[in-house]
Amino acid sequence: MIHPHDSAIVRTLGRIVVPVAQLFGFYVLIFGQHGPGGGFVGGVVLAASMILAILIFGVNADDSRLAQIVLHGDGLGLLIFAGVGGLCLIGGGQFLNYTHLEIPALDEPSRHYLGIMLTQIGVAADVAVTGVSIAISLSFEGDEVSHG
Amino acid sequence: MTFEFPLLVLLIMTAAGAIVVKDLISAVFILGSYSFALALVWALLGAVDVAFVEAVVGAGLATVFFLLTLFRMAEKDTQIRRPPVPWIAFVALPLLAILLLYGAGDLPAFGDPLSPASTHISPEYLENSVEQTRTPNTVTAVLMDYRALDTLVETIVIFTAGIACALILRRGT
Repeated sequence: MIHPHDSAIVRTLGRIVVPVAQLFGFYVLIFGQHGPGGGFVGGVVLAASMILAILIFGVNADDSRLAQIVLHGDGLGLLIFAGVGGLCLIGGGQFLNYTHLEIPALDEPSRHYLGIMLTQIGVAADVAVTGVSIAISLSFEGDEVSHG
Repeated sequence: MTFEFPLLVLLIMTAAGAIVVKDLISAVFILGSYSFALALVWALLGAVDVAFVEAVVGAGLATVFFLLTLFRMAEKDTQIRRPPVPWIAFVALPLLAILLLYGAGDLPAFGDPLSPASTHISPEYLENSVEQTRTPNTVTAVLMDYRALDTLVETIVIFTAGIACALILRRGT
């Protein structure tokens, strides 16, 4: 089990750094279609911020509550990704061919744009959850309450 | 050109340091700095997305996972004794290096527009991805649209890694 850190400097700095890192992760995720970054990097940054919260405040602390909530979403990102592919199948096309995302108001490039954005969110969710999950697995010692 | 030589020296020094050092925790930190230098190399070559991934995963997440693993181990297991290098390594490895350098002479020049990698399907992506997908970042367009199935399987691999870690390590109670 990871014990909470007792240094005031580390805890105070953690309260500042963790939200900024999470904001940066979302920025990288959303901005991935227009600049460097994307779903994978955004997910890793989000995972790193939550792991930092766990390392500083401990697994069961209130300040790392987000990491515990996130663990319940294991597999959700994969479901989003494969679900977009399934929607393309329902639309009458090939798996993951976003042209067949049947949304009436959108023309073809916009459907591709939407498909890319949704799959990026899926990848980011999957990577973030898996990162936190592996970190908690690695620090697991058998007698604590497990989540997810 | 100015940065290439110092970066090469830095890469070789950090890579060698990670191998030579006796304490595994030090090796992990040196490996992290190696990843960071490698990210600078990618950025210098213009591959910003790869540099981003290398900096975040190699220098960030992988280091944390290595450290969490090492903290579970006993003190004596994080110190390693290396056997002496066999004499054949001093003969075979330089030969291999000469062979690789000889082969590298035949590689196309960096950024050569006529190299096979740049003539096959890359122009297709570079010319059409913006109007086909409205995504200015071609790397994202290729990863998430043209090669979405590959990315899906990569995502499955990551998911499987998380599940396997949970199954193996969260045993007990």
